Amino acid sequence: MVVPHGGRLVDRVLKGDERQEALERVHLLPKLELSRDLAFEVENIATGVFSPLEGFLGREDLESVLDHGRLANDVPWTIPIVLDISEDVASSIRDELVLCYRGEPVAIMEVEEVYAYDRVGMALGVYGTTSEEHPGVLKVNGMKDLLVAGKVDLLNQVPSPFPKYKLSPKETRVLFELKGWRTVVGFQTRNVPHIGHEYVQKTALTFVDGLFINPVIGRKKPGDFKDEVIIAAYEALMENYYLRDTAVLAVLQMEMRYAGPREAVHHAIVRKNFGCTHFIVGRDHAGVGNFYPPYAAQEIFEDYPDIGIVPLFFRSFFYCRRCGGVVNEKVCPHGEEYRVSFSGTKLRRTLKGEAEEGGVLIRPEVEEVIRSYPEPFVEGR
Amino acid sequence: MDRTKEVKIPSSLYRAIEEKIEGSNFPSVSEFVTYAVRKALKELSGYREQLSEEEKEEIKDRLRALGYL
Ligand SMILES: [Zn+2]
Repeated sequence: MVVPHGGRLVDRVLKGDERQEALERVHLLPKLELSRDLAFEVENIATGVFSPLEGFLGREDLESVLDHGRLANDVPWTIPIVLDISEDVASSIRDELVLCYRGEPVAIMEVEEVYAYDRVGMALGVYGTTSEEHPGVLKVNGMKDLLVAGKVDLLNQVPSPFPKYKLSPKETRVLFELKGWRTVVGFQTRNVPHIGHEYVQKTALTFVDGLFINPVIGRKKPGDFKDEVIIAAYEALMENYYLRDTAVLAVLQMEMRYAGPREAVHHAIVRKNFGCTHFIVGRDHAGVGNFYPPYAAQEIFEDYPDIGIVPLFFRSFFYCRRCGGVVNEKVCPHGEEYRVSFSGTKLRRTLKGEAEEGGVLIRPEVEEVIRSYPEPFVEGR
Repeated sequence: MDRTKEVKIPSSLYRAIEEKIEGSNFPSVSEFVTYAVRKALKELSGYREQLSEEEKEEIKDRLRALGYL
């Protein structure tokens, strides 16, 4: 089984007497209400999804992550996992803080450090831009003024909209072992599957024992598919076109940051912690708009020969009328006039009945499921 | 004391260790190498030894209940 990132799978989920003792202290301690995304982060830290992190980053680690894409101890890490607080909250906290979600205690944090940070440095370091057109930058600009660092111990699970598909790294590692998978390829997604995705997954699966389809559930931008639509679409796809012995679906409760290359590395590290040996990186992975060159998310892996998971780089697949099948530019010699690409925009038009290429873009079972939702996209803004 | 066996390492590495452990708690290069190798072994054996049999059974039950197995 692949060694977790940093050497050890973090497990800070309190159980039994330890948990009981902690719960009895909760009413004495100051409390901080978290957003759903932050509650997810806490849970991801405690259950080892973010191994080797044991808590929210302190100043030294944060600076190292922003400047070098590594923790202060040189372990690859590209996305700051931080907890922002206001001056008011900072003045009220002592050595322990109870982190709550919807009023319920989620975790106890040992406060190690409260510090100021530079928003511009954060935006540039993670997203490579300060443009507010970038949803990540917009979020950074909306963060509170201080950061609090320290280890977290989980008291209660964060309620999940998809309990049936929520697995911890401990659980997926046992699952992969029981399935007899020695090599597992992870697939990150925030989309309903079109036939291009299916070919990428199946091409990778040809060379490994198992496929771990791991959609991200959490805050997304308007225009993205809603979480429940993505899950239902994958259920339809897997039911009809995948083998139970070689593919599993589980959700990852984590917000999308649209940090392109840096987020691709983060996505790979997280899947390594789940027990994957390989990870699929496609065109414009975790990108948004035109902020990142199309293959920047593949090139960044050159800086991380020590990451401990094998990235599998894919070019886009398309349908070629002349080849009579789904191919990619490495194997198809024909011109644009024969090719039907699988872009998200085109998929959207197909679903609205504006394009004529339904059958080659998306499986009919998947299309039917998506159409059963009157509004399949995240609204707002 | 365990019985010991000889292991060969490059002389340059030996010298580097000698320098590094000077003034530390390691009495000799052998002690340091034993420590470092134990640590590396533990990391390589990785995850498995972290889970008790009981915990593993619980996880199996949950996976079964969810339909994964
Ligand atoms: Zn062709």
